[in-house]
Amino acid sequence: MKRVIALLMENQPGALSRVVGLFSQRGYNIETLIVAPTSDPTLSRLTMTTNGDEKVVQQITKQLDKLIDVVTVSDLGESDFVERELMLVKFDKNSIASYEIEKFEGKVVFEDNEIINLQFVGEPDKLDKLVESLNTKEPLEIVRSGSSGISSNSKTLTI
Amino acid sequence: MSKTKTSGGDALIQSLHKEGVELVFGYPGGAALHIYDALFNQSEVEHILVRHEQGAVHAADGYARSTGKPGVALVTSGPGATNAITGLATAFMDSTPVVVISGQVKSELIGTDSFQETDMIGVSRPIVKHSFLVQKAEDIPEIVKKAFHIATTGRPGPVVIDVPKDLTDPNHTFEFNYPNEINMRSYKPAKVGDPKQIKEAVDLILEAKKPVIYSGGGVIQDNASAELTELAKLLQFPITNTLMGLGAFPGTDPQFLGMLGMHGTYEANMAMHNTDLIIAVGARFDDRITNDPKQFALGAKKIHIDVDPASLSKIINVDVPVVGSAKECLSALIVELNKQKIDTNKLEPWLKQIKEWRNEHGLNHSMLDVVPDNGKILPQQVIQSLYKETEGKAFITSDVGQHQMFAAQYYFFDKPRQWINSGGLGTMGFGLPSAMGVQFAFPKDTVACVTGEGSIQMCIQELSTCFQYGLPIKIINLNNAALGMVKQWQDMQYGGRHSASTYENSLPDFCALSESYGHVGIKVTKLDELESAMKECISLKDKLVFLDVDVDPDEHVYPMLEAGNAMDFMHLSKDKKTW
Ligand SMILES: Cc1ncc(C[n+]2csc(CCOP(=O)(O)OP(=O)(O)O)c2C)c(N)n1
Ligand SMILES: [Mg+2]
Repeated sequence: MKRVIALLMENQPGALSRVVGLFSQRGYNIETLIVAPTSDPTLSRLTMTTNGDEKVVQQITKQLDKLIDVVTVSDLGESDFVERELMLVKFDKNSIASYEIEKFEGKVVFEDNEIINLQFVGEPDKLDKLVESLNTKEPLEIVRSGSSGISSNSKTLTI
Repeated sequence: MSKTKTSGGDALIQSLHKEGVELVFGYPGGAALHIYDALFNQSEVEHILVRHEQGAVHAADGYARSTGKPGVALVTSGPGATNAITGLATAFMDSTPVVVISGQVKSELIGTDSFQETDMIGVSRPIVKHSFLVQKAEDIPEIVKKAFHIATTGRPGPVVIDVPKDLTDPNHTFEFNYPNEINMRSYKPAKVGDPKQIKEAVDLILEAKKPVIYSGGGVIQDNASAELTELAKLLQFPITNTLMGLGAFPGTDPQFLGMLGMHGTYEANMAMHNTDLIIAVGARFDDRITNDPKQFALGAKKIHIDVDPASLSKIINVDVPVVGSAKECLSALIVELNKQKIDTNKLEPWLKQIKEWRNEHGLNHSMLDVVPDNGKILPQQVIQSLYKETEGKAFITSDVGQHQMFAAQYYFFDKPRQWINSGGLGTMGFGLPSAMGVQFAFPKDTVACVTGEGSIQMCIQELSTCFQYGLPIKIINLNNAALGMVKQWQDMQYGGRHSASTYENSLPDFCALSESYGHVGIKVTKLDELESAMKECISLKDKLVFLDVDVDPDEHVYPMLEAGNAMDFMHLSKDKKTW
């Protein structure tokens, strides 16, 4: 089962490599991973998606929590949460018509005589489907950000 | 608080002193030279020059395991750092508090493949509890404070401090302030167990008819042996210890079942298999214990007390997990149990059953009375002779192999921290350098290193260190002229094909070798010489003695669990098994 794990860690050199290293070291797989500093510049927030049953995910969160740099960990799936991903797609100007862009709910973020760049934001599953459709239009390049998530109740990930 | 100007090198040494460090085991080199100069200029922290950085970390580890205080090693960058890796991995697997300080190339050279540059933080990452790359000389005191705090609290473990050379430069000085306290928002190890869980544990304990206490190294680490013993005595429950946990409960006490697991006693493994309640304390259901986890103690409820939440329900699902320090949790459990009426009578049938198991296939602790037909000395006899001559009071370190298992099975450890071995990583070469650490900490006590001719050769260069510092270690070499444990597996699982497990007469004369290092060597080849040789060995208080005993090369370690099965599947001898 796919799981979304969010954590706050000290914004320090080496912290990220410890998180990533843990996954290979313990044989867990990371499907997506994004990380950025928070409004508190001493902290980074990291969101990752992984696959595994209940027991594996429990182990993952415990092992992550054990890392000295990790301040707090949350398995977002334990309560309601919202998951979104950003996708950027590049087309040859001639391969996609503007009504199609509208149909796919894409936003034009760059355009010149040859190239058009589109932006999509959505749930990762939806983007998966969208990619299938977009592929019929022969995109030049597709870039996905990986999932970001936030719980949709009053609970927040803070220290 | 002192406010003198210091260099990074001086600050490092002063910080160690503030942490109560008296000894540092190390080996110098370019990137560490400023630090070595800082050591030279003071007398509070003594430096011990080893002969290989692996030895430095094992010695620090032996010091830590025997005293409970953190051990410290100092190495240079590059090869010095990589030589320390086996020591770090050993400390990591057994969760011991070791701090390794490694010199690093100058900050400006990092990442340029400069001379003797190794990414120590990267290389050591999966085998440390935490690591620090120092970025400012002024940060050194705080980093040292944090490193010792992390290494010694919660589930202990090794910490690396990697110090670029420019940050210890004597020309850069700053005001030295050692922090009194450290507060890390991201690191708050649990101490007291959840009272609700403790109550649930009490309920299970009161119901149990066939209980067993299974305790590991965590009890020793947390100095909780007294509490463990009190609990066992209060409940009259039979108790078994892991290889790492030996000594936490007195080995000579009749309530003690001996070690459990791969080479555990018949009665300990049978009790684990048939029990209705396991109280696991500071142990981690390692694969050398459980055998096939799917068939492990299926009829048992399980209480698991551990300071590391990640250890709980990692391998075996438990009914009552209690996160907290062994000492605190056991005390809380005892307080709760003291409020209850405890009926030990209902244990009678279970205790009788255990006694029967022991009578049936327990270890023979009178091996010295056995005279083998082939005239060869049995390795067990050497351990019993050592036990007798040291009156069970020596610190015993060991290497890895059959000799290690014989020592664990046949020496009764009555005190925690008396038995020191590499259980988790199984590092051949650990025995001698760890014995040095112990002997430095306890100069007056007898420290014996039980080893094999294979293992001793992995760090034998430390004989030179022992001579330099006058360490009177007793090396008890169970010389079976083979990598015995490997050979045993080959006998049992590979049709006796001894691939690369013997040396074709290439072994050195260990006595002559030891003598060349300035020590005493004693060779024993016959059983009737054993006792007097052992007496002489132990009585030479001021000398390192290398007792090289030729033992029966065909002897196997039993019992031995049969892989892929439950814990009651044991080989009991070459031609007897339980199934
Ligand atoms: C560094 C290292 N390399 C290899 C092994 C695998 N190994 C385990 S026991 C053993 C044989 C040890 O031989 P010896 O020290 O003579 O002990 P014996 O089993 O003969 O008592 C070996 C090679 C190990 N544990 N450690
Ligand atoms: Mg051998």
